[in-house]
Parts: sequence; C-alpha cells; structure tokens
Amino acid sequence: MANSAVIVEENKKNIWGGGVSPMKASYGKLMMWFFLLSDAFTFSALLITYGLIRFSHPAYAGSVADFKFSQEYWPIPEKVFEAFPGMHALGIESAPLVFVGLMTFILIISSVTMVLAVEAGERMDRKAVEKWMLWTILGGLTFLGCQAWEWAHFIHGSDMSMNAVGNFLQGAGLSANQYGPPNFAALFFFITGFHGFHVFSGVLINFIIFYQATVGIFEKRGHYEMVEKVGLYWHFVDLVWVFVFTFFYLV
Amino acid sequence: MEQQTPQVEVQPVNKAKVKNFIKVMLYLAAITAVEFGIAFTVPHEHKWVRIIVFIVLTIVKAYYIVAEFMHLGHEKKSLKMSIVLPMLFVVFFIFIMIYQGGAILEALY
Repeated sequence: MANSAVIVEENKKNIWGGGVSPMKASYGKLMMWFFLLSDAFTFSALLITYGLIRFSHPAYAGSVADFKFSQEYWPIPEKVFEAFPGMHALGIESAPLVFVGLMTFILIISSVTMVLAVEAGERMDRKAVEKWMLWTILGGLTFLGCQAWEWAHFIHGSDMSMNAVGNFLQGAGLSANQYGPPNFAALFFFITGFHGFHVFSGVLINFIIFYQATVGIFEKRGHYEMVEKVGLYWHFVDLVWVFVFTFFYLV
Repeated sequence: MEQQTPQVEVQPVNKAKVKNFIKVMLYLAAITAVEFGIAFTVPHEHKWVRIIVFIVLTIVKAYYIVAEFMHLGHEKKSLKMSIVLPMLFVVFFIFIMIYQGGAILEALY
C-alpha cells in the first residue's frame, strides 16, 4: 500500500522530466542552491565594495585611546557601535560590540531551531515542525527588532563632530554623518539594510511555511521538503551575517 | 482536511543528528567568543594580524554553517563543487578591488 502510494506521487510530482534527479537533489532544492549562489555574489560585491572604499580612505593613525570621530579618516568600528539599550541607566558608559554580539547569537540560535524544524520534518512530526518554526520566526523578529534599535541609535547619534567647513554633525544620514566619511554611513545603511531585508523576507517565508505545516499541506504531500528549502535560505541569511559581523564590526 | 491523513507515522527524534547540531552551535558560539577576545586583547597596532585571524575564523564559521546546517557537506560531490568553485571568482575579486582601493588612496592623498 505504502509503496504504490509513493509511485503515484513520483509520477505526478516529478518535475525532472527524465525521471532522475541529477546530483541526488530535487529540482527545487538545486534551484534554491543556485539562487543562493547568486545571492552570495551580490553580498560579496557589497562587502568588497566596503573594502574598496575603506581602503581608499586614510586609516586612523593615532592611538586607540585618543580616538575621536572625524571626517578625515575611517572610524574604528568598535568606537561607533558601542551602545546597548538602557546602558546609561545602568551607569555603563560604553559597551563596544556587545549589542551586535547579542544579535549574532540570536541569529545562530535561530539557525539551530531552523535545522531542528528540518529534522522534525524528515520524520513527519508536524507538532515539532510547528514548534521549531515558531521559535525560528521569533528569533528572526527579535533580530529585526535589534536592528531597528541599532539603526535608530546610529541615525540619532551620540555626540557631535565637525566637518571640514566647520558645521557640526550629529547622527548619521546618507550624505553626512558624525562618525566619519559620508560613505561610512551610506555603506552601513546599504549593507545591513540589504541583509535586514533578507531577514525580513526570510521571516515572511518562514511564516508561510509554518502556516502550511499547521494546515497539514505537507502531511498531505507526504514530505516536508519545503521546510528544508526555506531552511537553506534562512541559514544563508545567518551565513551572510557572519561575514557582515566580521567585516563591518570587527575589522 | 486534516482528518484525511491519519496514516502519517511520526518517527522518533534522530538523537545523533540533534547532538551534531548542538555541537555545531557550540563551535559557532565558541569561535564568536574567541573573535570578541581577540577584538579586545590584540591591540589595533597589529592591524594585519587581527584582520587575518578574523578572516580565518570567519571562514571556519562559514564552513560549519554551510557544511552542517545547510547540509552541503553531505551532498553529492558534483553539487558541492558547483556551489563552492564559483566562489573562487569572489576571492579573485577581493584582491583586485582591495588593490584598487589602495591605488585610489594614493592618487587622492
């Protein structure tokens, strides 16, 4: 009984006309991989642009202790991203990279819950798929919330610096910012924004998959491969963040 | 609708797999912690030491995410190669563009 049901399924659903799956992967999974490859090129180009523009600006030469924001040189990232929600209330002056570290851990954990959802799907456990998809969505939303806070803080700014013609600058916009050369903030908005948009669409897609799992679409289909494909996208978002974290915040 | 599929058989949790995922997560967390340690202990004067160590650790993290979480390490070799080999273009691109950046700096200042 079970066997005949599988055969019918294959005849009806197999998109690979010849009846074989090259590379032992389904059509959808393979195409997801090639899409991710192209997306990887896009992100590589953005991060390499960051490298190019950074290396075409003078680096800060003095000691780190005396560092001040200036339009003349590229800022030290840990001096820019040193805020944490509520830290002034706790009497902490600066918490460099702590917030972005928290965001990194949130994404890693949401990647693990995603992989557990895929594992649950492989053994047809609808309840577990629902549970882990929900945790993944929650992780994604938390990350987006953190990013919104970070953007708001970056745009409002902390203290002031002066530009070449003697105007005071506070906060960051696309054309000028208090932290360093105009391109510094422009690249920050573009790259973390593009990544954030990927997280946002990932959360939406995760939600659709969660919904389809709850109404039993995958159970009827006989497999949970959609969870795996969307999982690939979600892990890719985590992967990109690993690189953004290094090249934007650490280096 | 849901009542039409009562024959679904739930298999027990694959403990070895879950254990592996937890292990990978701990690796990623540990490497990130090491990166933080380096960011605050190695002074900025050793700029290139920092950059190279950060890049190596980032690639290690990327390897774990792609090979284990995205399961690419367990796919057919042809699939692995069709994803990994095109990334060589990116390596090439990094070197020319960073070089260009330095050239622009020299031309401007």
